Amino acid sequence: MKEEKIIEKVDSVESLPLSIKNELKNKLIKVNRKQKLSEKIVKNIIDETVKQYEDSLVEPGEAVGTVAAQSIGEPGTQMTLSTFHYAGVAEMNVTLGLPRIIEIVDVRRIPSTPVMTVHLEEEYKNDPRKAKEIATRIEETKVKDITKKILMDVINMEVMLEFDQEILSKQNLTFEEVFKKIDALKKTKSVDKENMRIVLDPGNVSLMKLRKFMTRVKNIKLKGVKGIERALIRKEEEGYVIYTEGSNLTGVLKIKGVDYKRTTTNDIREIYSVLGIEAARNAIIKEITSVLEEQGLEVDQRHIMLLADQMTKNGELSSIGRHGLSGEKSSVLAKAAFEVTTAHLFEAGKSGAEDDLGGVTENVIVGQPIPVGTGIVKLAMKSFGKEE
Amino acid sequence: MLEEKQIEKIRFGLMSPETIRKLSVAKIMTADTYDDEGYPIERGLMDPRLGVIDPGLKCRTCGQKFGKCSGHFGHIELARPVIHIGFVKDIYMFLKSTCRECGRILLSDKELEAFRKKIGEAKDVNADKEVIIKDLVKEATKKKTSTVNNTCPHCGAVQKKVKLERPTTFMEENDKLTPSDIREWLEKISDDDMRLLGWDPDAARIEWTVLTVLPVAPVTVRPSITLESGIRSEDDLTHKLVDIIRINQRLRENIDAGAPHLIVEDLWELLQYHVTTYLDNEVAGIPPARHRSGRILKTLTQRLKGKEGRFRHNLSGKRVDFSSRTVISPDPYISINEIGVPVQIAKELTVPEKVTEQNIEELRKLILNGPNKHPGANYVIRRDGRKKRVTDEIKEIIAEELEVGFIVERHLRDGDIVLFNRQPSLHRLSIMAHRVKVMPYKTFRLNLCVCPPYGADFDGDEMNLHVPQTEEAQVEAETLMKVQQQIVSPRFGEPVIGAMQDYVSGAYILTKEGTVFTEEETEEMLYFAGIDKFPEEYMEKDGKRYYTGKEIFSLLIPDDMNLEYKAKICRKCEVCLKEKCPDDAYVVIKNGKLIHGVIDGATFKARSKSLFLSKLVRVYGTDTAREFIDKGTKLLLWALMKKGLTTGIDDADIPKEASERIERILKEGEKKVEKLIEVYERGELEPLPGRTTRETLESKIMQVLSEARDKAGEIAEKHLGMNRHAVIMARTGAKGNILDLTQIAASLGQMSVRGERLSRGYTERSLSHYKKGEMGAKSQGFVANSFKEGLNPREFFFHAMGGREGLVDTAVRTAQSGYMQRRLMNALQDVRVEYNGVVKDQERIVQFRYGEDGVDPSKSEYGKPVDIDWIIYKNLKSEAI
Repeated sequence: MKEEKIIEKVDSVESLPLSIKNELKNKLIKVNRKQKLSEKIVKNIIDETVKQYEDSLVEPGEAVGTVAAQSIGEPGTQMTLSTFHYAGVAEMNVTLGLPRIIEIVDVRRIPSTPVMTVHLEEEYKNDPRKAKEIATRIEETKVKDITKKILMDVINMEVMLEFDQEILSKQNLTFEEVFKKIDALKKTKSVDKENMRIVLDPGNVSLMKLRKFMTRVKNIKLKGVKGIERALIRKEEEGYVIYTEGSNLTGVLKIKGVDYKRTTTNDIREIYSVLGIEAARNAIIKEITSVLEEQGLEVDQRHIMLLADQMTKNGELSSIGRHGLSGEKSSVLAKAAFEVTTAHLFEAGKSGAEDDLGGVTENVIVGQPIPVGTGIVKLAMKSFGKEE
Repeated sequence: MLEEKQIEKIRFGLMSPETIRKLSVAKIMTADTYDDEGYPIERGLMDPRLGVIDPGLKCRTCGQKFGKCSGHFGHIELARPVIHIGFVKDIYMFLKSTCRECGRILLSDKELEAFRKKIGEAKDVNADKEVIIKDLVKEATKKKTSTVNNTCPHCGAVQKKVKLERPTTFMEENDKLTPSDIREWLEKISDDDMRLLGWDPDAARIEWTVLTVLPVAPVTVRPSITLESGIRSEDDLTHKLVDIIRINQRLRENIDAGAPHLIVEDLWELLQYHVTTYLDNEVAGIPPARHRSGRILKTLTQRLKGKEGRFRHNLSGKRVDFSSRTVISPDPYISINEIGVPVQIAKELTVPEKVTEQNIEELRKLILNGPNKHPGANYVIRRDGRKKRVTDEIKEIIAEELEVGFIVERHLRDGDIVLFNRQPSLHRLSIMAHRVKVMPYKTFRLNLCVCPPYGADFDGDEMNLHVPQTEEAQVEAETLMKVQQQIVSPRFGEPVIGAMQDYVSGAYILTKEGTVFTEEETEEMLYFAGIDKFPEEYMEKDGKRYYTGKEIFSLLIPDDMNLEYKAKICRKCEVCLKEKCPDDAYVVIKNGKLIHGVIDGATFKARSKSLFLSKLVRVYGTDTAREFIDKGTKLLLWALMKKGLTTGIDDADIPKEASERIERILKEGEKKVEKLIEVYERGELEPLPGRTTRETLESKIMQVLSEARDKAGEIAEKHLGMNRHAVIMARTGAKGNILDLTQIAASLGQMSVRGERLSRGYTERSLSHYKKGEMGAKSQGFVANSFKEGLNPREFFFHAMGGREGLVDTAVRTAQSGYMQRRLMNALQDVRVEYNGVVKDQERIVQFRYGEDGVDPSKSEYGKPVDIDWIIYKNLKSEAI
């Protein structure tokens, strides 16, 4: 059979998903090149594929939510608890295992170890020098990172800073630039450009204020993106990739040379606010999958997808738990059975809430069949024969 | 027969004082409960009209017996109103935002209209109503806090600031607002205004939360118990009610007698305290009410709340009849679908069976056996619903009377469908349906292959058994929950039921090159396994016929099966020699015959990516897979009994030269560490990016030591050949791994806590045997000895330190993951697939198609719904023929 014909034949099948169609096409063509396939056999193969696919479809009523919750929760008992582990880059710590999964489903405002993977554009990614340059541009550099010495003079109530040419040039900074930033405080007492010394006088202040002043000076941002504590470059198959400790998607995406299409962070909330809900959903799937994979546990994508879809179904991120999805439930009884029982009951009482018993917990509570699985089947008997 | 009533919805609301009085069957006046003769006092807390708690008595209100009468409410008229602790926040909200004179919300009609519109819109877009109400309250409160614009826009009255002094006192500027004042104020609030503040006046009016009359729960809710000594012990709620009535009485008397204001005030507050603690005994800011013994009372809120509360303990989880629990033990002779039930339990658990013309004789026989002889019966239910117990004395009469249409509750017997469960029920495979096999002795017997999904072992585990009571339930359990239906896990589309431990080593021993059996042995083996085929090919030697293990095992494989894969023992060489593999690790199954390779973990072990088993289930169906597991394991059992499998300390023996080399390597490692430390101390160590020199040193030391240990392990491994049974176990995936064996033979290696060397314990050192600040390998938990060699005391302690971390970790993890699973379950449990394939929960659509392709993972092979290679291969082959 001709290749075009095979493609046409496969494409004409409506019920198969695209991925299976493509796989089928590729494999049929490959076999066809080796030994010509007859029309009949191609038809048989396609028919059997369709049949097998249709045999593996979910049945109506299937409690897919429960199965997903079990499938993600059950391996939890097998996961490690050790918070820190080494991810792709040996020098960096990333929260993994059970704590990370909990963090994801909680949609924590700030993850305990925010990390970014910065991909670079074509002309940068193969040049280590250019990559390094971007990395230093991303890395947030504060005064404390580059001073050789920083002293607090409690007698004269002054702060003395000393710099070093070597450290400065490593960070692509000049003393003038640094001085300009520090001088913006308007507390400069004297500058010794020769020895790269700056003396700052905060004025007539108490010792405690002086200490505070010193921390302020130390934390003056000189360059880089806010929140990015460290940026490391690493050679990978596709070229150089920058990994950062700390996350600031908006800031990093603005940097020239950064491939904004592939650069990501592990802060799901940030992805949501910068890239939107669909991106957040994909991020949830990606993060959970990678944590499970790292632990050597395998969970079907469909379960994780369902969880992510449930968390993002409202068009915003909802966490799993009483402040999120469980608190938004429409059923009073289900809410009361989960957490903070009496508060939900009082609330229901005052607003005259109605529980129309549409979920699982409510029906368990009142002792009725639950509306999932075989419980959704409603049989009505049609009387035939004589009417009584 | 059964009256089918469905609850459609439940509406919530608050009870008005009128409702409470109307509902009440008795006005409770006295704090006493029983008189001297032990009879309940009328108008007392145990008034006989409130229900019955003594068996034998009849309810004075409804005339029903104990157990039938659910009890009736009474009421207490409070001398002065008190505030309901659950609604303090709401009362505060109303007092803040309404006029003290006219009771209208302190906003102009125009503003109110705007808010009303906003709330109406919020309903449409499903936005949060709470936020808007909060805004409204904030706006309205401005009138009370500002000093300029502080008059009511409706009546012009000047507003004063209202403050809440927790838990229950309200102050208007510096004057106390008594509950009576508050009630009067709240009564003035209009229905429309109440709606704006989130209250539904049809269900509840805010002034009802200032209680004037208190409902008294029926005695059935707070039964008193009589102790053996004859002393009655009252329920916590009764105690609390006694307190309330006493104070209420005293308050009334004092008011009537015209007592000084101060005294009345005090008593009023005391009444407020008692009512508050009656409703909730864990309110912040007031001491909890205690029993005479000092125990904190469990009042209404405490009854409902938490894990042991009414909701989670009694409503979401219920106790059931027709269940039993006992210790489990293994039985390799029964099928995976079966469960061995002790006779004793089988006599206790019953299945109702309707008498028909077809089974009447059989059931009569069962009744004649009585309740004490195994296939017997315990009860007969007649057509009018009367239940009669079958006893040895009257069994003949009952058998005689048996008619078609009666129901016989007969003993559990072979073939009945039951549900079997082991906690924790983490996934749906924790409850599966089995067929009963009644057996002697007192334990539940189960096939070893079903241990993995349950997570069961036999070190004292107990399991539960439930008997479905209706035909519908039995059929549903059998078609959906039977063990053979669950071979493939829904989590990943992987077989979770399959061989484990010795079966796996047994399979290796049976199918490895060189295993042969005589004709007699083969016959016996096949008979034992229940296989009615015989291998065709044999070898002849000395006039005797010999059959290879591979030939025998092939009998279990379906005839048209073709498969090629790598066995577990595969060493993952760079270039795979395939059929010519020296270890026989490349499995080739051709037309149902095992041509090459050994059968081991990769073939049919549970949870091990076993291609063979998943293919078997998917292509040949669960019946074939079950038969394979049942017969295969029996076959292996026999082979194992014949060939033997044992391990001992000598399995880890290595030659002297090898142990000397290991020792040298470890010594070298330690020396390298010392050198590293020297470099570090000289300050010459180059730090890794982003690390301090100390951290760099640590990671380098760890690296050096683990390298040393790995090398030592490799040397030991070379001497651990497949002729040692412990090695067979490790390499085939039966139990343990090579690493464990090298720990026995070569060296334990570095012990660690939190991924670091052991450094804590004493100041700057791990044990007092070392100098402060010492950083050498041995001083920080490197165990150079092997288990076989023996550990010295310091090493032993280090090993225990590492071991302890594991234990703590497990304990913490179970708690954490348990809570996470509960939350996941709660968030996802209502999600289901609709008839049109859309995935929905109660509120909205979650996915348009489940998993984007509509495939059920438990019907897939490792997530893939179709194996195209297999289909193409099969079709090509069938054409060739």
